[in-house]
Amino acid sequence: MTRELWKGNEALAEAAIRAGVDAFFGYPITPQTELLEYMARRMPELGRTFLQAESEIAAINMVYGAACTGVRAMTSSSSPGISLMQEGFSYIAGSEAPCVVVDIMRGGPGLGNIQPGQADYFQITRSAGHGDFHPLVLAPATVQEAVDLAYISFDLAFRYRTLVLLAGDGALGQMMEPVEMPPMRTPDATQPDWALTGAKGRPPRTITSLYLDADELASVNARLQEKLKTIAAAEQRWECFMTDDADLLVVAFGTVARIAKSAVRAARAAGVRAGLFRPISLWPYPAPVLDGLVDQVQGVLVAEMNAGQMLEDVRAIVRGRTPIRFLGRTGGVIPMPDEITNELTHMTRVNHRTNGAGMKRDVE
Amino acid sequence: MNILLEHETPATDLDQMEIVYQRPDALTDLATHYCPGCSHGVIHHLIAEVIDELGIRSHTIGVAPVGCAVFAYKYFNLDSCEAAHGRAPAMATGIKRVLPDHIVFTYQGDGDLASIGGNEILHAALRGERITVIFVNNAVYGMTGGQMAPTTLAGMKTTSSPAGRNPLTQGYPLHLTEMLATMPGVAYAVRRSMHSVAETRKTKKAIRHAFTAQQQGLGLSIVEILAACPTNWHVEPADALDYIRDRMLPEYPVGDFKVSEGLGDRRLGD
Ligand SMILES: Cc1ncc(C[n+]2csc(CCOP(=O)(O)OP(=O)(O)O)c2C)c(N)n1
Ligand code: SF4
Ligand SMILES: [Mg+2]
Repeated sequence: MTRELWKGNEALAEAAIRAGVDAFFGYPITPQTELLEYMARRMPELGRTFLQAESEIAAINMVYGAACTGVRAMTSSSSPGISLMQEGFSYIAGSEAPCVVVDIMRGGPGLGNIQPGQADYFQITRSAGHGDFHPLVLAPATVQEAVDLAYISFDLAFRYRTLVLLAGDGALGQMMEPVEMPPMRTPDATQPDWALTGAKGRPPRTITSLYLDADELASVNARLQEKLKTIAAAEQRWECFMTDDADLLVVAFGTVARIAKSAVRAARAAGVRAGLFRPISLWPYPAPVLDGLVDQVQGVLVAEMNAGQMLEDVRAIVRGRTPIRFLGRTGGVIPMPDEITNELTHMTRVNHRTNGAGMKRDVE
Repeated sequence: MNILLEHETPATDLDQMEIVYQRPDALTDLATHYCPGCSHGVIHHLIAEVIDELGIRSHTIGVAPVGCAVFAYKYFNLDSCEAAHGRAPAMATGIKRVLPDHIVFTYQGDGDLASIGGNEILHAALRGERITVIFVNNAVYGMTGGQMAPTTLAGMKTTSSPAGRNPLTQGYPLHLTEMLATMPGVAYAVRRSMHSVAETRKTKKAIRHAFTAQQQGLGLSIVEILAACPTNWHVEPADALDYIRDRMLPEYPVGDFKVSEGLGDRRLGD
């Protein structure tokens, strides 16, 4: 297999195409736009559906409509656009229409900026719309990983009849890296038994998220929760980097995790035994693995491009067993490897001073 | 109308009797939840008759709105789905784009279509989506208890315009169908009314034209239908029909705002 240089956004688009996406609906927004533009070129060439929608609200509802017919439908956007799609996400969750959404996060709140951000962690993992649901959220750290996850995203979406959200940030979307593209798949032509295809020779089918009767809606929710439990058990993904003998653990995802890798290497070169735990699935969060690592380390450093969102998940997993330090960058500022390394060396110094009994001031 | 219910008829008489009225195939046998005198149920019936007559039931997909007709998907005996409030044209676009040989229609109220879903209908029309839109204008938000809609008449009292709609601060009634008629993507844009039997027949013909326009791939087709909401107008069902004639028609005249040259059965008249 040959490796070619691909830009993140375009690589994501091509991987979705090779995974068999039938229909793409989207709206331009930086730093995601190249994905839409790539689809605009490629999808018609392949006889597939591409349509630029009038808004992200329309785009997600077009995805919803197309998904109801059993085809592989997707959209992509960035933070402000994802906010507009949340209504649609909720309906899609309620009616279990499988689809894939790419979120190339940028700085917020409001119009924020077009720099990379991770400040939508809560939005995508906790509150992707009204009602009780979580999308399956996958956060690649490299262009290759983005390709690999996009390639399996429709399988996951259809297996669980769920929304799969591929969460990157502006850096991932814009960077160019060598990538090995998977082969073009011939999509499975069998129609799901729930798809709206016209009631020919069979009773009509309906797709709805409306259940006026309280008990009925409660039982729908019970079924959805059961499904989430199944996903939570089966779909945790993570990477452990140099964690076997680590005294200090960095927890980071996406672009920051990749920077943290360099920081961990640098820290080790300076004699600090650091390791990296990188959740790839943000929902479900790979909690059991992190939980297992906590007892072996003297401190955890959470690094994110936000004001401390995944930090809350880590806190809940650590449950006070070891000190947690937080390095957060907002506004689209990307933390530098040496900043993370400095945090790690600082943590060892504090650990020595206080004999591992805890760190004052900037730790909890 | 003559309603013949088979189980009420002695079996011996059946052979001699002609069935003059029966439930269309495109309707399920569920009793609707609509108020007495509401136009929604009759409009469902007209659509179902047209679908039967055109023989398109098995490849038609319906998109229900948020509004009193939210359960339309239960009443139509065909594949259907339920859209978010106002988003039916976008959802229908998604369906039609991947199933271009199917017939796709939305059924929407005036709040759904002309207010929250204004952008979706405008752009579906702009793109000339080959879908049919049944736009039921009863000048209020029926489902939520009769609040003001963009279509509410000037001076009309609603629960959210208790002093009567003042156009200077609350806007003038919106003529959405006329607006859409200006767009090249629209093949058929007409307004009809439900205030009499004769007008109801014309409504049915317009619905038929609208589906035909879609079959011919001419562009978006929309039939706006002036409809009764006796409950929120606080009038008796029979008086509601007069209300349409006397109050709604002067603001919203029935008529053909756009009929594409290519429409096959134009000669059917209105
Ligand atoms: C996003 C959202 N906003 C508001 C509502 C509440 N709501 C339900 S139906 C409706 C108005 C429906 O009015 P119309 O479209 O005219 O239909 P009608 O009931 O008159 O047939 C509103 C505002 C909702 N369901 N969703
Ligand atoms: S409230 Fe009005 S629109 Fe709704 S069912 Fe009753 S009469 Fe019909
Ligand atoms: Mg209404």
